[in-house]
Amino acid sequence: MEFEDLYQEIILDHYKHPRNAGEIKRECTSVEHENPVCGDHIKLMVVIDDDGIVQDVKFIGTGCAISMASASMMTEQVIGKSKTEAMKIIREFVEVMRGDESPDALDEHGDLTALKGVVKFPVRVKCATLAWHAMKNALNT
Amino acid sequence: MSEAQFQIKNKNILRNLDPYKLRQDFPLISKKLEGKKYNSNNGHLVYLDNAATTQKPNAVIRALMNYYENDNANVHRALYELGDRATQKYEESRKTVAQFINAKHAREIVFTRGATEAINLVASAWGRKHLQAGDEIILTEMEHHSNLIPWQLLAKEKKLTLRFIPFLNNGTLNFSRVKSLFNERTRLVAMTHMSNVFGTINPVRGLIRMAHSRCIPVLLDGAQSVPHIPVDVQYLDCDFLAFSGHKMCGPTGIGVLYGKQEYLDAMDPYQGGGDMISSVWLEKATWNEIPYKFEAGTPNIAGAIGLAAAIRYINEIGMEKITRYEQALTTYAILEMNKLPGIRFYGIAPERGGVISFSLDNIHPHDMAQFLDSQGIAVRAGHHCAQPIMRKLEIPATTRASLYFYNTFEEIDLLVAALKKAKEFFN
Repeated sequence: MEFEDLYQEIILDHYKHPRNAGEIKRECTSVEHENPVCGDHIKLMVVIDDDGIVQDVKFIGTGCAISMASASMMTEQVIGKSKTEAMKIIREFVEVMRGDESPDALDEHGDLTALKGVVKFPVRVKCATLAWHAMKNALNT
Repeated sequence: MSEAQFQIKNKNILRNLDPYKLRQDFPLISKKLEGKKYNSNNGHLVYLDNAATTQKPNAVIRALMNYYENDNANVHRALYELGDRATQKYEESRKTVAQFINAKHAREIVFTRGATEAINLVASAWGRKHLQAGDEIILTEMEHHSNLIPWQLLAKEKKLTLRFIPFLNNGTLNFSRVKSLFNERTRLVAMTHMSNVFGTINPVRGLIRMAHSRCIPVLLDGAQSVPHIPVDVQYLDCDFLAFSGHKMCGPTGIGVLYGKQEYLDAMDPYQGGGDMISSVWLEKATWNEIPYKFEAGTPNIAGAIGLAAAIRYINEIGMEKITRYEQALTTYAILEMNKLPGIRFYGIAPERGGVISFSLDNIHPHDMAQFLDSQGIAVRAGHHCAQPIMRKLEIPATTRASLYFYNTFEEIDLLVAALKKAKEFFN
Protein backbone atom coordinates (compact mmCIF):
# COMPACT_ATOMS: atom_id res chain seq x y z
CA MET A 1 0.00 0.00 0.00
CA GLU A 2 1.60 3.20 -1.14
CA PHE A 3 1.53 6.64 0.40
CA GLU A 4 0.62 8.16 -2.97
CA ASP A 5 -2.65 6.21 -3.02
CA LEU A 6 -3.66 8.03 0.12
CA TYR A 7 -2.32 11.52 -0.54
CA GLN A 8 -3.39 12.00 -4.17
CA GLU A 9 -3.05 15.33 -5.99
CA ILE A 10 -6.78 16.01 -5.76
CA ILE A 11 -6.71 15.50 -2.00
CA LEU A 12 -3.76 17.83 -1.53
CA ASP A 13 -5.48 20.39 -3.74
CA HIS A 14 -8.61 20.33 -1.57
CA TYR A 15 -6.41 20.49 1.56
CA LYS A 16 -4.40 23.47 0.38
CA HIS A 17 -7.34 25.24 -1.28
CA PRO A 18 -10.44 24.11 0.59
CA ARG A 19 -13.76 24.77 -1.13
CA ASN A 20 -16.46 26.38 0.98
CA ALA A 21 -14.19 27.10 3.91
CA GLY A 22 -15.40 29.93 6.10
CA GLU A 23 -18.53 31.04 7.88
CA ILE A 24 -22.12 31.72 6.91
CA LYS A 25 -23.23 35.00 8.46
CA ARG A 26 -26.98 34.67 7.93
CA GLU A 27 -29.32 32.38 9.82
CA CYS A 28 -28.27 28.76 9.44
CA THR A 29 -27.96 25.39 11.13
CA SER A 30 -24.65 25.01 12.89
CA VAL A 31 -23.16 21.74 14.13
CA GLU A 32 -19.82 20.78 15.58
CA HIS A 33 -18.19 17.40 15.46
CA GLU A 34 -14.86 16.20 16.79
CA ASN A 35 -12.66 13.19 16.88
CA PRO A 36 -11.17 13.25 20.36
CA VAL A 37 -8.57 10.61 19.51
CA CYS A 38 -6.68 12.78 17.04
CA GLY A 39 -8.13 16.15 18.06
CA ASP A 40 -9.72 16.81 14.68
CA HIS A 41 -12.57 19.29 14.92
CA ILE A 42 -15.08 20.67 12.45
CA LYS A 43 -17.81 23.27 12.59
CA LEU A 44 -20.38 23.12 9.79
CA MET A 45 -22.85 25.84 8.87
CA VAL A 46 -25.71 24.71 6.66
CA VAL A 47 -28.55 26.60 4.95
CA ILE A 48 -31.52 24.57 3.80
CA ASP A 49 -34.31 26.39 1.94
CA ASP A 50 -38.05 25.93 2.29
CA ASP A 51 -38.07 23.29 -0.46
CA GLY A 52 -35.58 21.18 1.51
CA ILE A 53 -32.68 21.96 -0.80
CA VAL A 54 -29.17 22.39 0.67
CA GLN A 55 -28.51 25.99 -0.40
CA ASP A 56 -25.10 26.53 1.19
CA VAL A 57 -22.55 24.78 3.39
CA LYS A 58 -19.42 26.23 4.90
CA PHE A 59 -16.92 24.79 7.34
CA ILE A 60 -14.20 25.76 9.76
CA GLY A 61 -11.98 23.02 11.03
CA THR A 62 -8.66 21.77 12.25
CA GLY A 63 -7.33 18.40 11.27
CA CYS A 64 -5.13 16.38 9.00
CA ALA A 65 -5.06 16.69 5.23
CA ILE A 66 -7.44 13.75 4.80
CA SER A 67 -10.10 15.14 7.13
CA MET A 68 -9.96 18.68 5.74
CA ALA A 69 -9.89 17.57 2.09
CA SER A 70 -12.79 15.24 2.74
CA ALA A 71 -14.75 18.11 4.33
CA SER A 72 -14.08 20.29 1.30
CA MET A 73 -15.24 17.54 -1.06
CA MET A 74 -18.29 16.83 1.06
CA THR A 75 -19.52 20.43 0.75
CA GLU A 76 -19.23 20.23 -3.03
CA GLN A 77 -21.20 17.00 -3.05
CA VAL A 78 -24.16 18.16 -0.99
CA ILE A 79 -24.70 21.76 -2.09
CA GLY A 80 -27.68 21.93 -4.44
CA LYS A 81 -28.99 18.52 -3.45
CA SER A 82 -32.23 17.81 -1.64
CA LYS A 83 -31.98 16.59 1.94
CA THR A 84 -32.87 13.08 0.80
CA GLU A 85 -30.25 13.07 -1.96
CA ALA A 86 -27.65 14.48 0.41
CA MET A 87 -28.43 11.77 2.97
CA LYS A 88 -28.07 9.14 0.28
CA ILE A 89 -24.57 10.23 -0.74
CA ILE A 90 -23.50 10.56 2.91
CA ARG A 91 -24.73 7.02 3.61
CA GLU A 92 -22.97 5.70 0.53
CA PHE A 93 -19.69 7.40 1.40
CA VAL A 94 -19.72 6.15 4.99
CA GLU A 95 -20.54 2.62 3.80
CA VAL A 96 -17.57 2.67 1.44
CA MET A 97 -15.30 3.91 4.22
CA ARG A 98 -16.55 1.18 6.55
CA GLY A 99 -15.82 -1.41 3.89
CA ASP A 100 -19.50 -2.33 3.49
CA GLU A 101 -19.57 -1.07 -0.10
CA SER A 102 -17.07 -1.33 -2.94
CA PRO A 103 -14.72 1.68 -3.16
CA ASP A 104 -15.54 1.83 -6.87
CA ALA A 105 -18.94 3.25 -5.89
CA LEU A 106 -17.12 6.58 -5.42
CA ASP A 107 -16.02 6.68 -9.07
CA GLU A 108 -19.26 8.32 -10.18
CA HIS A 109 -18.92 11.16 -7.66
CA GLY A 110 -16.16 13.27 -9.18
CA ASP A 111 -13.32 14.18 -6.80
CA LEU A 112 -14.55 11.72 -4.18
CA THR A 113 -12.92 8.93 -6.12
CA ALA A 114 -9.61 10.20 -4.77
CA LEU A 115 -10.66 9.11 -1.28
CA LYS A 116 -10.90 5.46 -2.33
CA GLY A 117 -7.39 4.87 -1.05
CA VAL A 118 -8.41 5.72 2.52
CA VAL A 119 -10.23 2.39 2.82
CA LYS A 120 -6.87 0.64 2.78
CA PHE A 121 -5.67 2.73 5.74
CA PRO A 122 -8.16 1.72 8.46
CA VAL A 123 -6.78 4.17 11.04
CA ARG A 124 -7.47 7.07 8.68
CA VAL A 125 -11.11 6.22 7.99
CA LYS A 126 -12.28 8.28 10.96
CA CYS A 127 -10.44 11.29 9.50
CA ALA A 128 -12.22 10.95 6.17
CA THR A 129 -15.69 10.54 7.69
CA LEU A 130 -15.55 13.40 10.23
CA ALA A 131 -17.25 16.03 8.06
CA TRP A 132 -19.76 13.53 6.71
CA HIS A 133 -20.97 12.61 10.19
CA ALA A 134 -21.22 16.30 10.99
CA MET A 135 -23.33 16.86 7.85
CA LYS A 136 -25.60 13.97 8.76
CA ASN A 137 -26.16 15.57 12.17
CA ALA A 138 -26.89 18.92 10.52
CA LEU A 139 -29.51 17.36 8.23
CA ASN A 140 -31.12 15.59 11.16
CA THR A 141 -31.55 18.73 13.25
CA MET B 1 27.53 18.57 9.89
CA SER B 2 29.68 20.93 11.97
CA GLU B 3 33.18 20.05 13.09
CA ALA B 4 32.04 19.65 16.69
CA GLN B 5 29.25 17.30 15.69
CA PHE B 6 31.60 15.34 13.52
CA GLN B 7 33.87 14.89 16.52
CA ILE B 8 30.98 13.62 18.61
CA LYS B 9 29.89 11.30 15.88
CA ASN B 10 33.18 9.69 15.18
CA LYS B 11 35.49 9.77 18.14
CA ASN B 12 33.74 10.16 21.40
CA ILE B 13 30.86 7.93 20.59
CA LEU B 14 32.04 5.09 18.45
CA ARG B 15 34.90 4.45 20.85
CA ASN B 16 32.41 3.83 23.63
CA LEU B 17 29.41 2.41 21.87
CA ASP B 18 29.10 1.25 18.29
CA PRO B 19 25.46 1.37 17.20
CA TYR B 20 26.32 -0.26 13.87
CA LYS B 21 27.66 -3.31 15.65
CA LEU B 22 24.80 -3.42 18.15
CA ARG B 23 22.19 -3.17 15.38
CA GLN B 24 23.36 -6.56 14.13
CA ASP B 25 21.92 -8.05 17.34
CA PHE B 26 18.41 -6.91 16.37
CA PRO B 27 16.87 -8.97 13.54
CA LEU B 28 14.03 -6.56 12.76
CA ILE B 29 16.22 -3.51 12.15
CA SER B 30 19.22 -5.31 10.66
CA LYS B 31 17.39 -7.28 7.99
CA LYS B 32 16.75 -5.90 4.53
CA LEU B 33 13.14 -5.00 3.84
CA GLU B 34 11.23 -4.98 0.57
CA GLY B 35 9.88 -1.71 -0.76
CA LYS B 36 11.38 1.41 -2.25
CA LYS B 37 10.63 3.46 0.84
CA TYR B 38 13.54 1.71 2.58
CA ASN B 39 15.99 2.48 -0.23
CA SER B 40 17.44 5.59 1.40
CA ASN B 41 18.59 3.51 4.37
CA ASN B 42 20.01 0.55 2.42
CA GLY B 43 16.78 -1.38 2.79
CA HIS B 44 16.50 -0.93 6.55
CA LEU B 45 13.68 0.47 8.63
CA VAL B 46 14.50 3.67 10.53
CA TYR B 47 12.79 2.86 13.80
CA LEU B 48 12.26 5.97 15.95
CA ASP B 49 9.35 4.91 18.16
CA ASN B 50 11.36 3.52 21.05
CA ALA B 51 9.38 5.32 23.73
CA ALA B 52 6.45 3.13 22.66
CA THR B 53 8.40 -0.10 22.51
CA THR B 54 11.92 -1.13 21.56
CA GLN B 55 13.09 -3.83 19.19
CA LYS B 56 14.32 -7.13 20.60
CA PRO B 57 17.87 -8.47 20.42
CA ASN B 58 18.67 -12.07 19.53
CA ALA B 59 19.72 -12.69 23.13
CA VAL B 60 16.15 -12.06 24.29
CA ILE B 61 14.48 -13.94 21.46
CA ARG B 62 16.77 -16.92 22.09
CA ALA B 63 16.10 -16.82 25.85
CA LEU B 64 12.37 -17.09 25.18
CA MET B 65 12.86 -19.96 22.73
CA ASN B 66 15.27 -21.71 25.04
CA TYR B 67 12.84 -21.50 27.93
CA TYR B 68 9.99 -23.00 25.93
CA GLU B 69 12.21 -25.62 24.29
CA ASN B 70 14.13 -26.73 27.38
CA ASP B 71 12.84 -25.40 30.69
CA ASN B 72 9.07 -25.02 30.44
CA ALA B 73 7.16 -26.08 33.57
CA ASN B 74 5.03 -24.30 36.15
CA VAL B 75 6.89 -22.55 38.95
CA HIS B 76 6.78 -22.94 42.73
CA ARG B 77 4.79 -26.20 42.53
CA ALA B 78 6.38 -29.00 40.61
CA LEU B 79 8.38 -31.64 42.50
CA TYR B 80 10.40 -32.74 39.52
CA GLU B 81 13.66 -31.56 38.06
CA LEU B 82 12.16 -29.62 35.17
CA GLY B 83 9.86 -27.72 37.50
CA ASP B 84 12.78 -26.94 39.77
CA ARG B 85 14.71 -25.59 36.82
CA ALA B 86 11.85 -23.34 35.70
CA THR B 87 11.46 -22.03 39.26
CA GLN B 88 15.15 -21.43 39.57
CA LYS B 89 15.32 -19.49 36.31
CA TYR B 90 12.27 -17.43 37.24
CA GLU B 91 13.72 -16.54 40.64
CA GLU B 92 17.16 -15.85 39.16
CA SER B 93 15.43 -13.37 36.86
CA ARG B 94 14.03 -11.62 39.91
CA LYS B 95 17.55 -11.33 41.32
CA THR B 96 18.82 -9.96 38.01
CA VAL B 97 16.14 -7.26 38.10
CA ALA B 98 16.90 -6.48 41.75
CA GLN B 99 20.60 -6.02 41.00
CA PHE B 100 19.82 -3.93 37.92
CA ILE B 101 18.00 -1.26 39.96
CA ASN B 102 20.07 -1.94 43.10
CA ALA B 103 17.17 -3.12 45.25
CA LYS B 104 18.17 -4.35 48.71
CA HIS B 105 16.32 -7.65 48.35
CA ALA B 106 15.01 -9.72 45.45
CA ARG B 107 11.70 -10.04 47.35
CA GLU B 108 11.15 -6.32 46.75
CA ILE B 109 10.67 -7.14 43.04
CA VAL B 110 7.11 -8.01 41.99
CA PHE B 111 6.61 -9.17 38.42
CA THR B 112 3.63 -7.55 36.70
CA ARG B 113 2.35 -7.24 33.13
CA GLY B 114 4.04 -3.86 32.80
CA ALA B 115 4.39 -0.43 34.38
CA THR B 116 0.64 0.12 34.08
CA GLU B 117 -0.22 -2.95 36.12
CA ALA B 118 2.50 -2.10 38.65
CA ILE B 119 0.93 1.31 39.31
CA ASN B 120 -2.56 -0.17 39.44
CA LEU B 121 -1.23 -2.69 41.95
CA VAL B 122 -0.07 0.09 44.29
CA ALA B 123 -3.29 2.06 43.84
CA SER B 124 -5.31 -1.02 44.67
CA ALA B 125 -3.28 -2.91 47.27
CA TRP B 126 -1.71 0.06 49.07
CA GLY B 127 -4.20 2.84 48.31
CA ARG B 128 -7.37 0.95 49.18
CA LYS B 129 -5.95 -0.16 52.50
CA HIS B 130 -4.22 2.99 53.68
CA LEU B 131 -6.15 5.95 52.22
CA GLN B 132 -9.31 7.54 53.55
CA ALA B 133 -11.80 10.16 52.42
CA GLY B 134 -10.17 13.58 52.34
CA ASP B 135 -6.64 12.24 51.86
CA GLU B 136 -4.57 13.76 49.06
CA ILE B 137 -2.20 12.49 46.39
CA ILE B 138 0.28 14.70 44.56
CA LEU B 139 0.86 13.94 40.87
CA THR B 140 2.27 16.08 38.08
CA GLU B 141 0.56 17.54 35.03
CA MET B 142 2.89 15.57 32.76
CA GLU B 143 1.85 12.05 33.74
CA HIS B 144 1.18 9.30 31.23
CA HIS B 145 -2.43 8.12 31.58
CA SER B 146 -1.08 5.02 33.34
CA ASN B 147 0.02 7.15 36.31
CA LEU B 148 -3.13 9.27 36.27
CA ILE B 149 -6.19 7.11 35.67
CA PRO B 150 -5.45 4.56 38.46
CA TRP B 151 -5.38 7.48 40.93
CA GLN B 152 -8.50 9.04 39.43
CA LEU B 153 -10.33 5.73 39.91
CA LEU B 154 -9.07 5.44 43.49
CA ALA B 155 -9.92 9.10 44.20
CA LYS B 156 -13.48 8.54 43.04
CA GLU B 157 -13.87 5.39 45.12
CA LYS B 158 -12.29 6.77 48.32
CA LYS B 159 -13.17 10.47 47.91
CA LEU B 160 -9.56 11.58 47.68
CA THR B 161 -8.18 14.84 46.29
CA LEU B 162 -5.58 14.80 43.52
CA ARG B 163 -3.17 17.74 43.34
CA PHE B 164 -0.85 18.42 40.43
CA ILE B 165 2.61 19.90 40.13
CA PRO B 166 2.26 22.11 37.02
CA PHE B 167 4.71 22.13 34.14
CA LEU B 168 6.23 25.21 32.53
CA ASN B 169 6.39 26.00 28.82
CA ASN B 170 9.81 24.37 28.46
CA GLY B 171 8.45 21.05 29.73
CA THR B 172 9.96 21.18 33.22
CA LEU B 173 8.08 21.07 36.50
CA ASN B 174 7.29 24.31 38.28
CA PHE B 175 8.99 23.71 41.60
CA SER B 176 7.99 27.06 43.04
CA ARG B 177 4.53 25.53 43.33
CA VAL B 178 5.49 22.25 44.93
CA LYS B 179 5.67 23.22 48.60
CA SER B 180 2.20 24.69 48.58
CA LEU B 181 0.76 21.38 47.34
CA PHE B 182 1.83 19.47 50.46
CA ASN B 183 -0.39 19.59 53.52
CA GLU B 184 -1.32 17.39 56.48
CA ARG B 185 -3.62 15.27 54.31
CA THR B 186 -0.97 14.43 51.68
CA ARG B 187 -0.42 10.67 51.66
CA LEU B 188 1.50 9.92 48.46
CA VAL B 189 3.50 11.49 45.66
CA ALA B 190 3.29 9.59 42.34
CA MET B 191 5.24 11.03 39.43
CA THR B 192 7.07 10.23 36.26
CA HIS B 193 10.85 10.00 36.36
CA MET B 194 11.07 10.90 32.66
CA SER B 195 8.30 12.37 30.54
CA ASN B 196 7.17 10.32 27.54
CA VAL B 197 6.13 13.54 25.76
CA PHE B 198 8.80 16.12 26.68
CA GLY B 199 11.69 13.79 27.40
CA THR B 200 12.31 15.77 30.61
CA ILE B 201 14.19 13.90 33.31
CA ASN B 202 12.60 15.14 36.50
CA PRO B 203 14.84 15.90 39.52
CA VAL B 204 13.05 13.28 41.57
CA ARG B 205 15.66 12.87 44.29
CA GLY B 206 15.01 16.31 45.73
CA LEU B 207 11.28 15.78 45.60
CA ILE B 208 11.62 12.42 47.32
CA ARG B 209 13.61 14.06 50.13
CA MET B 210 10.99 16.75 50.45
CA ALA B 211 8.23 14.13 50.67
CA HIS B 212 10.16 11.95 53.09
CA SER B 213 10.75 14.90 55.42
CA ARG B 214 6.95 14.82 55.78
CA CYS B 215 6.87 10.98 56.00
CA ILE B 216 5.13 10.70 52.62
CA PRO B 217 6.06 7.81 50.30
CA VAL B 218 6.90 8.39 46.65
CA LEU B 219 6.07 6.22 43.63
CA LEU B 220 8.14 6.74 40.48
CA ASP B 221 6.90 5.86 37.02
CA GLY B 222 10.16 4.65 35.51
CA ALA B 223 8.73 3.41 32.20
CA GLN B 224 10.87 5.89 30.24
CA SER B 225 13.82 6.29 32.61
CA VAL B 226 14.80 2.73 33.54
CA PRO B 227 15.52 1.71 29.90
CA HIS B 228 17.76 4.73 29.26
CA ILE B 229 19.51 5.99 32.40
CA PRO B 230 21.04 4.26 35.42
CA VAL B 231 18.36 4.00 38.09
CA ASP B 232 19.39 3.10 41.65
CA VAL B 233 16.40 2.77 43.96
CA GLN B 234 18.53 3.01 47.11
CA TYR B 235 20.24 6.18 45.90
CA LEU B 236 16.96 7.77 44.83
CA ASP B 237 15.29 6.34 47.94
CA CYS B 238 11.95 6.01 46.13
CA ASP B 239 9.40 3.80 47.86
CA PHE B 240 7.91 2.34 44.70
CA LEU B 241 9.22 2.15 41.13
CA ALA B 242 7.22 0.87 38.15
CA PHE B 243 8.64 -0.03 34.75
CA SER B 244 8.02 -2.20 31.67
CA GLY B 245 10.22 -4.83 30.06
CA HIS B 246 9.24 -4.18 26.44
CA LYS B 247 10.62 -0.63 26.44
CA MET B 248 14.09 -1.97 27.30
CA CYS B 249 14.64 -4.79 24.79
CA GLY B 250 12.50 -7.24 26.79
CA PRO B 251 9.33 -9.08 25.78
CA THR B 252 5.86 -7.54 26.02
CA GLY B 253 3.65 -8.52 28.94
CA ILE B 254 6.32 -8.37 31.63
CA GLY B 255 7.02 -5.47 33.94
CA VAL B 256 8.16 -4.74 37.44
CA LEU B 257 6.94 -3.16 40.60
CA TYR B 258 9.73 -2.42 43.03
CA GLY B 259 8.51 -1.65 46.52
CA LYS B 260 10.41 -1.20 49.76
CA GLN B 261 9.86 -4.27 51.90
CA GLU B 262 8.10 -2.38 54.69
CA TYR B 263 5.53 -1.04 52.21
CA LEU B 264 4.98 -4.36 50.42
CA ASP B 265 4.59 -6.13 53.78
CA ALA B 266 1.92 -3.67 54.87
CA MET B 267 -0.16 -4.09 51.71
CA ASP B 268 -3.13 -6.32 50.99
CA PRO B 269 -3.00 -8.73 48.04
CA TYR B 270 -3.72 -7.35 44.58
CA GLN B 271 -5.51 -10.30 42.99
CA GLY B 272 -6.67 -13.58 44.49
CA GLY B 273 -5.71 -16.98 43.16
CA GLY B 274 -3.03 -19.62 43.25
CA ASP B 275 0.48 -18.99 44.56
CA MET B 276 -0.48 -15.84 46.50
CA ILE B 277 -1.84 -17.75 49.51
CA SER B 278 -0.33 -19.38 52.54
CA SER B 279 -3.27 -21.41 53.90
CA VAL B 280 -6.78 -21.56 52.53
CA TRP B 281 -10.01 -22.59 54.22
CA LEU B 282 -13.42 -22.47 52.59
CA GLU B 283 -14.23 -19.11 54.11
CA LYS B 284 -10.84 -17.49 54.65
CA ALA B 285 -7.18 -17.54 53.65
CA THR B 286 -3.84 -16.22 54.80
CA TRP B 287 -1.40 -14.61 52.42
CA ASN B 288 1.91 -15.82 51.13
CA GLU B 289 5.01 -13.74 51.85
CA ILE B 290 6.18 -10.99 49.50
CA PRO B 291 6.54 -10.87 46.54
CA TYR B 292 4.34 -13.95 45.97
CA LYS B 293 1.43 -12.27 47.74
CA PHE B 294 1.13 -10.05 44.65
CA GLU B 295 1.68 -12.69 41.97
CA ALA B 296 -1.60 -14.60 41.80
CA GLY B 297 -1.85 -17.35 39.21
CA THR B 298 0.86 -18.72 36.97
CA PRO B 299 3.13 -15.76 36.28
CA ASN B 300 4.70 -14.73 32.97
CA ILE B 301 7.66 -17.07 33.47
CA ALA B 302 9.02 -16.75 29.95
CA GLY B 303 8.57 -12.98 30.12
CA ALA B 304 10.58 -12.72 33.35
CA ILE B 305 13.35 -14.85 31.87
CA GLY B 306 13.27 -12.73 28.69
CA LEU B 307 13.48 -9.55 30.75
CA ALA B 308 16.50 -10.89 32.63
CA ALA B 309 18.13 -11.64 29.26
CA ALA B 310 17.41 -8.06 28.18
CA ILE B 311 19.01 -6.72 31.36
CA ARG B 312 22.09 -8.87 30.85
CA TYR B 313 22.30 -7.58 27.29
CA ILE B 314 22.05 -3.95 28.47
CA ASN B 315 24.57 -4.59 31.26
CA GLU B 316 27.01 -5.98 28.73
CA ILE B 317 26.85 -2.73 26.77
CA GLY B 318 26.84 -0.69 29.96
CA MET B 319 23.99 1.59 30.98
CA GLU B 320 26.22 4.62 31.41
CA LYS B 321 27.53 4.22 27.88
CA ILE B 322 23.97 3.94 26.62
CA THR B 323 23.01 7.14 28.41
CA ARG B 324 26.04 9.04 27.13
CA TYR B 325 25.49 7.91 23.56
CA GLU B 326 21.78 8.74 23.63
CA GLN B 327 22.56 12.17 25.08
CA ALA B 328 24.90 12.92 22.17
CA LEU B 329 22.45 11.53 19.63
CA THR B 330 19.58 13.55 21.09
CA THR B 331 21.63 16.75 21.09
CA TYR B 332 22.59 16.15 17.46
CA ALA B 333 18.96 15.45 16.49
CA ILE B 334 17.69 18.62 18.13
CA LEU B 335 20.45 20.77 16.61
CA GLU B 336 19.81 19.40 13.12
CA MET B 337 16.01 19.55 13.35
CA ASN B 338 16.25 23.08 14.72
CA LYS B 339 17.72 24.22 11.39
CA LEU B 340 14.36 23.59 9.73
CA PRO B 341 12.21 26.74 9.51
CA GLY B 342 8.81 26.12 11.08
CA ILE B 343 10.01 23.50 13.57
CA ARG B 344 8.64 23.68 17.08
CA PHE B 345 9.77 21.48 19.96
CA TYR B 346 7.55 20.52 22.86
CA GLY B 347 9.90 20.18 25.81
CA ILE B 348 13.30 21.81 25.90
CA ALA B 349 14.43 20.82 29.38
CA PRO B 350 18.16 21.04 30.05
CA GLU B 351 18.13 17.56 31.53
CA ARG B 352 16.40 15.27 29.08
CA GLY B 353 16.38 11.93 27.35
CA GLY B 354 15.90 10.97 23.71
CA VAL B 355 12.19 11.68 23.42
CA ILE B 356 11.63 14.50 20.93
CA SER B 357 8.12 15.87 20.44
CA PHE B 358 7.76 18.40 17.66
CA SER B 359 5.61 19.98 15.00
CA LEU B 360 6.61 21.39 11.62
CA ASP B 361 4.72 24.31 10.07
CA ASN B 362 1.03 23.49 10.23
CA ILE B 363 1.45 19.92 9.10
CA HIS B 364 -0.86 17.74 11.14
CA PRO B 365 1.05 15.08 13.11
CA HIS B 366 -0.95 12.28 11.47
CA ASP B 367 -0.03 13.54 8.01
CA MET B 368 3.57 13.88 9.15
CA ALA B 369 3.77 10.35 10.55
CA GLN B 370 2.17 8.93 7.41
CA PHE B 371 4.60 10.86 5.23
CA LEU B 372 7.62 9.72 7.27
CA ASP B 373 6.35 6.16 6.97
CA SER B 374 6.42 6.58 3.20
CA GLN B 375 10.13 7.42 3.65
CA GLY B 376 10.77 4.29 5.70
CA ILE B 377 10.80 6.09 9.06
CA ALA B 378 8.62 4.97 11.97
CA VAL B 379 7.64 7.72 14.43
CA ARG B 380 4.62 8.21 16.66
CA ALA B 381 1.90 10.80 16.14
CA GLY B 382 -0.84 11.48 18.62
CA HIS B 383 -1.42 12.49 22.20
CA HIS B 384 1.01 9.84 23.54
CA CYS B 385 -1.46 8.78 26.24
CA ALA B 386 -1.04 12.18 27.85
CA GLN B 387 -4.16 14.12 26.83
CA PRO B 388 -3.95 16.63 29.73
CA ILE B 389 -0.56 17.80 28.39
CA MET B 390 -2.05 18.33 24.91
CA ARG B 391 -4.97 20.26 26.39
CA LYS B 392 -2.67 22.55 28.36
CA LEU B 393 -0.51 23.19 25.27
CA GLU B 394 -3.72 23.65 23.23
CA ILE B 395 -2.57 21.28 20.52
CA PRO B 396 -4.35 18.13 19.35
CA ALA B 397 -1.24 16.01 19.03
CA THR B 398 2.48 16.03 18.36
CA THR B 399 4.87 14.01 16.24
CA ARG B 400 7.37 12.17 18.41
CA ALA B 401 10.71 10.68 17.50
CA SER B 402 12.21 8.62 20.32
CA LEU B 403 15.69 7.16 20.23
CA TYR B 404 17.55 4.15 21.54
CA PHE B 405 21.19 3.12 21.54
CA TYR B 406 20.85 1.30 18.22
CA ASN B 407 19.83 4.46 16.38
CA THR B 408 22.59 6.14 14.40
CA PHE B 409 23.54 9.70 13.50
CA GLU B 410 22.82 8.78 9.89
CA GLU B 411 19.25 7.90 10.81
CA ILE B 412 18.88 11.39 12.27
CA ASP B 413 20.12 12.80 8.95
CA LEU B 414 17.52 10.68 7.14
CA LEU B 415 14.81 11.98 9.47
CA VAL B 416 15.82 15.60 8.83
CA ALA B 417 15.94 15.02 5.06
CA ALA B 418 12.47 13.47 5.18
CA LEU B 419 11.15 16.39 7.23
CA LYS B 420 12.41 18.75 4.51
CA LYS B 421 10.56 16.69 1.92
CA ALA B 422 7.40 16.80 4.04
CA LYS B 423 7.58 20.60 4.09
CA GLU B 424 7.64 20.64 0.29
CA PHE B 425 4.88 18.09 0.00
CA PHE B 426 2.34 19.72 2.32
CA ASN B 427 3.08 23.41 1.71
